[in-house]
Amino acid sequence: MEPRPAGKLVSLREAISRFVPDGATVVMGTCLESLIPFAAGHEIIRQRRRDLTLVGPISDVLFDQLIGAGCVARVVAAWVGNVSAGLGHAYRRATEHGIPRPVEVQDTSNFAVALALMAGALGVPYLPTRSLLGSDVPRHAEAFRLSEDPWSGEPLLLVRAIQPDVAILAVQRSDPDGNAHLWGNLGVTEEAALASRHVVLLAEEVVDPAVIRSDPNRVLVPGFKVSAVVHCPGGCHPSPVPGYYRRDHAFYEEYHRATRTEEGFLEWLRTWVLEVPDRQAYLERLGPRWEALRRLQPAPAAPVDYAW
Amino acid sequence: MVRDVADWSVGELMVVAASREIRDGEVVFVGMRLPLLAYCVAKRLHAPRSVGVFENGIVRDVPTPQLLYTMSDTPNIVGAVWCTRMANVMGLLQRGDVDVGFIGGAQVDRFGNVNSSYIGDPHRPQVKLPGSGGAADIASLAKRLVVILPHGRHRLVERVDFRTSPGYGDGPGWRQRVGLPRGGPSAVITDRAVFRFDPQTCEAVLHHWHPGQSVDEVLENTGWPVRVAEGASPTPEPSAEELRVLREYDPEGVWTGNRNRADQP
Repeated sequence: MEPRPAGKLVSLREAISRFVPDGATVVMGTCLESLIPFAAGHEIIRQRRRDLTLVGPISDVLFDQLIGAGCVARVVAAWVGNVSAGLGHAYRRATEHGIPRPVEVQDTSNFAVALALMAGALGVPYLPTRSLLGSDVPRHAEAFRLSEDPWSGEPLLLVRAIQPDVAILAVQRSDPDGNAHLWGNLGVTEEAALASRHVVLLAEEVVDPAVIRSDPNRVLVPGFKVSAVVHCPGGCHPSPVPGYYRRDHAFYEEYHRATRTEEGFLEWLRTWVLEVPDRQAYLERLGPRWEALRRLQPAPAAPVDYAW
Repeated sequence: MVRDVADWSVGELMVVAASREIRDGEVVFVGMRLPLLAYCVAKRLHAPRSVGVFENGIVRDVPTPQLLYTMSDTPNIVGAVWCTRMANVMGLLQRGDVDVGFIGGAQVDRFGNVNSSYIGDPHRPQVKLPGSGGAADIASLAKRLVVILPHGRHRLVERVDFRTSPGYGDGPGWRQRVGLPRGGPSAVITDRAVFRFDPQTCEAVLHHWHPGQSVDEVLENTGWPVRVAEGASPTPEPSAEELRVLREYDPEGVWTGNRNRADQP
């Protein structure tokens, strides 16, 4: 079906230009290693955004790329690196040597990121946890406070709410109003969508609203929370999208080898981001490996019946 | 990297040692790489009723149809018993529903504290490591913790540069004092040895040295004056059955280096 034109259905270029201004707090990579909106990160780099705060649990190499491209002032993430290869070279150059610019790191953990976004989603200033007590991770007082259970007096860590300016989230399918289906591991995606001022969706497919309404239990968040829907097939490569394509493990290894030096990183950036006008051109540049990643073993769910 | 001395690799020995930390019926917070393989071996052999929990929100009790490179690879979803939000599985952990968790790290110290954040001064780090991920949460909240890392004097240290994941802090009573609800490390598995923790002193004590190693070699490569447990012995070798199951799952030795691949647990 041809997607019908609608107010929220925009190009990636327009979505980034409208909803990711310089200095914005942006949450991405919310499913952990899958459904990472790389296409959006690359568009942010092409539009030369600056002074962003990145929020996420495990961002894999997307945050490394944005940091290496000089877009980032601050990172609030549990883990930044390359899940296949270990350390992220661009992240190390920025945090150890200030290249291409210094980046402030606010240490956190996966659970703490989830709690901060959940507090943001619930509209409360913080949520308590028993995790990280005695850890050096919660050393930033603007994000964590040691407190106690008012009833038992036992120690608790308070995790301050985060309400990002924008959540950039990938989904399998969305209708033009941003009612979207997401399946597989959800990570902190629901919390991120609910906590953020704006939500930009990258959808593998844009479908008729009836498709979404046939299975409301699979909806990420109601469309009124969503500001923009981008039809962006292949937008998560090299990360996987359940039902659509597998993870391109070799791409992460290649990135790791190619970005060992600053010159190597800039060359990689030219090849895969700066000289590539959009996602379609990127997929063409991938060539036959892109086809191979889309050859899947089918595994459809049993249909559900909302009979009434 | 410790050299292989038999028809199995050191990586395979580490996986098998880790698998033996999982008991039947337990809920296991599975990490990636070696612990993931350890869970598969345990599941197929001695712990068929164990359940695997992943921090991305996946819970599964059957091995994946294909080797995983990351926990969010698509084969980890098919046949899962639950795909949910991270907060739900972290809630299981915080409530005390998870028996054992596995983590890696760059450094571990004599009280089992783990560093995966900074080498050197955190304000001017010599090396910025990727960070906690979920490791600090698992170390805080699981009933037992198993730490897996390569051996070395700069890795097994008197005191970690940064306490990402809490072990026993500075010794007995520390976890209760800071308010951690339970847990603490029960084993450290390296490519040279297996350490366990003295319940009185909370110190890591040498229990097993791997075949091809000597006690002296292990002590020389450990950054604190480590105590050798009474009755310490060589690490039991992997059985033919354990190796068969492990190699069925990872025939290329992607994570165990059984074809001499670089191995960074």
